[in-house]
Amino acid sequence: MSGLLATLTLAAGLGDYAVPILIGLGVVVVVISLLVMRGKRQPKEPVFSDPFERLEHALGKTRGGILDGLRRAIGSQELSEQVIDSLDEILIQADIGPTTTQTLLDGLKESFRKGTLSNHADVLAFLRAQLIERLGGEVPKLAKADSGPTVILVCGVNGAGKTTSIAKLTRHLAEEGHRVLLCASDTFRAAAVEQLRTWAERLSVEIVLGQQNQDPAAVAHDAHEKAVAKNFDYLIIDTAGRLHTDKNLMGELEKIARVGKKHIAESPHEVLLVLDATTGQNGVRQAAAFSESIPVTGLFLAKIDGTARGGIVVVIREELGIPVKFVGLGEQPTDIAPFDATRFIDGLLGRLPTTAS
Amino acid sequence: MFDQLSNSLQSAFRNFSGKGKLSETNISEGLREVRRALLEADVSISVAKGFIERVEASAIGEKVLEGVDPSQQIIKIVHDELVNLMGPIDTRFKESEGGGPTVVMMVGLQGCGKTTTAGKLAKWLVEKKKRKPLLVAADLQRPAAIEQLKVLGEQIGVPVYSEKPGTQKKGLTGLFKRASHATLVCQNGIKHAEATGRDVVILDTAGRLQIDDDLMAELADIKDRLKPENVFLICDAMTGQDAVNSAKGFNDQLDVSGIILTKLDGDTRGGAALSIKAVTGKAIKFIGTGEKLDRIEEFRPEGMADRILGMGDVVRLVEIAQENISQEDAERSADRLMSGRWNFDDFLKQLQMVKKMGPLKQIMGMIPGMSGLMGNVEFSGDELKPVEAIINSMNRKERRNPDLLSGRSGGSRKRRIAKGSGTDVRDVNALIKQFKAMKRMVSQFGSMGDLSALMTPGGIQKALPQLPGGKALMRQSRRGGPKPARPKKNKTKKDKKRRKRR
Repeated sequence: MSGLLATLTLAAGLGDYAVPILIGLGVVVVVISLLVMRGKRQPKEPVFSDPFERLEHALGKTRGGILDGLRRAIGSQELSEQVIDSLDEILIQADIGPTTTQTLLDGLKESFRKGTLSNHADVLAFLRAQLIERLGGEVPKLAKADSGPTVILVCGVNGAGKTTSIAKLTRHLAEEGHRVLLCASDTFRAAAVEQLRTWAERLSVEIVLGQQNQDPAAVAHDAHEKAVAKNFDYLIIDTAGRLHTDKNLMGELEKIARVGKKHIAESPHEVLLVLDATTGQNGVRQAAAFSESIPVTGLFLAKIDGTARGGIVVVIREELGIPVKFVGLGEQPTDIAPFDATRFIDGLLGRLPTTAS
Repeated sequence: MFDQLSNSLQSAFRNFSGKGKLSETNISEGLREVRRALLEADVSISVAKGFIERVEASAIGEKVLEGVDPSQQIIKIVHDELVNLMGPIDTRFKESEGGGPTVVMMVGLQGCGKTTTAGKLAKWLVEKKKRKPLLVAADLQRPAAIEQLKVLGEQIGVPVYSEKPGTQKKGLTGLFKRASHATLVCQNGIKHAEATGRDVVILDTAGRLQIDDDLMAELADIKDRLKPENVFLICDAMTGQDAVNSAKGFNDQLDVSGIILTKLDGDTRGGAALSIKAVTGKAIKFIGTGEKLDRIEEFRPEGMADRILGMGDVVRLVEIAQENISQEDAERSADRLMSGRWNFDDFLKQLQMVKKMGPLKQIMGMIPGMSGLMGNVEFSGDELKPVEAIINSMNRKERRNPDLLSGRSGGSRKRRIAKGSGTDVRDVNALIKQFKAMKRMVSQFGSMGDLSALMTPGGIQKALPQLPGGKALMRQSRRGGPKPARPKKNKTKKDKKRRKRR
C-alpha cells in the first residue's frame, strides 16, 4: 500500500501532501454541491456579477470627458470618427471604465454622423454638459429627521478614509450649529477608537466609545440611547473598514444598522459609503455590495486632492443611482465640501495629471 | 482573487476556439477582448496597449501548430507575456553591510495599508526568517497611528519604538538643515534597535500624496539621512488608473526598492499589479491577502499569471499545506485513506486541516480550473460549518462505521443527524454520497492517472465527472452560475412520466 502511495506521490511531485490536497479537493466539491443545492432552494436576486453588463444597459447615452485632455487629443485635427475614437484613452484614464467609455464614444459618433457636432468646441461643450448633468441630477441633501436625532452610518472598505471623513462631516455639521454625537464602533482595528476619540476632543464633541473587540452593534445601541436621551441633532456612527466581499462582516454591518431602530425607528437616516478617489472599477462592486447589505444613501468621495479623478462615481451614479453627497480634499477637518456637480467637474477637468506618461 | 480578470480573459479566449488557425484577423479580434478585459481590470491603458502589442507581435510571428487549439496557443502567449511583465521573482531583502540593523522603510498613500503591512512583515520576519525586528512609529500625522502600531506590535510580540508626539527636539543635523520630527524618530528608532539588539528596523511612515512636495521632501530627507537598505512602496490593489501616477511619483522621488500589494483578498481585478510593475520596473515583493496578520505572501509572477488566467496556483497550494499541516498528520491521514479504513472521524480531521489552510475561496482559487468552474458561487467563509455540524451530530459508532448510515436504520439515523445539525436530510445524503465517492476516488487513483494530471489546466474538468456532484457542478459552470429555475429538470420529467402512466 505504501508503495502505491509512494509511486503516486512521486508521480505527482507533490510529496506527502498529495493525498490531503486531493481530499481537500473532495471536501471542496462537497461544499460546492451543498452551496449549489442551497442556492436552488433559496432563489436569490443575482448580485451585480458584471457591472459592465448592467452599465451597457443603464447607460444609453452617457457622456463625460476631461476637457484639457480632449483639447489636447483633438486639438489640431479635423473632427472625425477616428478622432472621437482616440478619446478613449482620456476617458479611461479618469477611471470611467472601458464599457462606459465605449458607450460615450458611440453616442458621440452618432451625434457626429447626424451633424449635431460640427467642431471640437461642440464636442467639449456637449461632454461637459453631459457629465455635469449625469452627476448632478437631483442630489438630495443630507437627511434630517423630522424630530429627534438624525443617524448617519458611515461605512467603507479598509483605508478608504472613514474616520477622517467623519471628522470633517462632524465639523461641517457643528459649524452649522448642530449638536453632534460620535459613536466609535470600529472595535476591530487597532486604535481606531482612539483615532476617533482624538478627533472628538479636537472638535469638542461628545463620543460614545467602544472597547477593543466589543460587539460594534452594542456600541451603536448605547450611542442611540444616549442620542435620544440627550437629544442630539446628529449621531454619526463610525464602523470598521471591511472588504465588501466578506459576508460575515457585511452581516455585522447589517446588525449595526438594525440595533438603533429600537430607539429611533428610522435609524439610520443616512448611510454614507466612503470611497477612496483612487479606486478603480472595483468601486462599483464596493458600492453594490454595501448597498445590498444596507441601503447606501450617498457617497463620501475622499482624497480627491491627489491625481486620481474619481471618474468611478460617474459609473456608480449611473449604475446604482447613488449620488455623491460630500467630497473630502485633504487631512484637515475643514477640507470638506458638499457635492456640487459643476464645481466637481470643473475641478476634475482642470486638474489633469502631468505625471502620467 | 483575480476571478474577474480570469473570467473575462477566458471568455476572450473562447473567441479563438473553433476558428481553425491563428490569422491576423482572429488574433486582433480576440485581443480586442483581452484589451477590454485588462482595462476592466484597471490595468493602466498605456500598459495594456503595450501588452497587447507585444502579444500580437509574438502571436502573429508564431507558426500555427498543427492540431493545437488556437485558443490554447494564445493562452500560452498571453500567459508568458503576463509573467514577463510581472516578473522576475525577487523577494530578496537588501541586508545591511555595516553590521548595523537592516532598515526597511514603508511608504505609500493614505489608507493603502502601510501600518498593517508593517505588522505583517514583522511577523513574517520573525516566523519565516528568524529575525528580530523592531517597528518604528514614524507616522506623526494621523491621530492614534502610533497607538495602532503599538497594539499590532503587542499582538505579534514585536517591540515598537515610538515617541510621544510633540516631544521631539528639533535637532540641527546636517548643514543647518533641520531634521523633521519623523526623521528624528526614525534616527532614534535605529539607535534603539542597535542598543537592544534588534536586527531589522521597519519604519512606518505617514501616508501622503505623491504630489505633496513638503511631505515627499520629508521622506526623501529620511531616506538621505538614514540610508535604509529597503524602501517598500505599499499599493492598494483596488486602485484604478491612478496606480501608475502614484507609483511613478513615489518611485521617481524615492527610487523605491520594491512594491507590496495589499487588499488582494477582495474581488478586485487587481490590474494594478500589472501596471505598477510596468511603470516602476521595480519588483513586487509581497502581497497582502487578508486582515489577519499572517496573510502576507511572497509574490510570484508565475502564480499570479496562472491565477489571472484561471490556471490555479498549485505551488502555493503545496506551500500552504506544508505551512499548516504537519508531515505526521499528512502521513497519518494518507495511510488511513489508503488502507480503506477511512471514516467520518478522519474526514473531520481533514476538514480541520483544510480550514487551517485559509479561507476556502482562496484555496479554491489555487486549484487549476476551479476559479472558472466556480462562476458565481458565493463564499461567506462559513461553508465548512454545515459539513462539520453534520459530522458532529453523528454518534461515535456512525462516525467510525459510515455503513450504518446506509443500513436498515439509516433513514432514522439521517433524520436525527439532520435535526441535530440544523440541516436537511438532503444535505446529509449529499455528504454521505460525497464521502463514499471520495473513498472510491482514492481507490481509483491508478485508473485516473497521476495527481499531476489533475493539477494541470483542464485536469479538474476531466476528474470532476467521476465525483457525484461534480457533473452538476460542471453543468452549472457552463450555464454561468446557479440558476434556481432549471435544476429540477430531471425530476419533472419523471413526474410527467408518472402522470402519463396514471
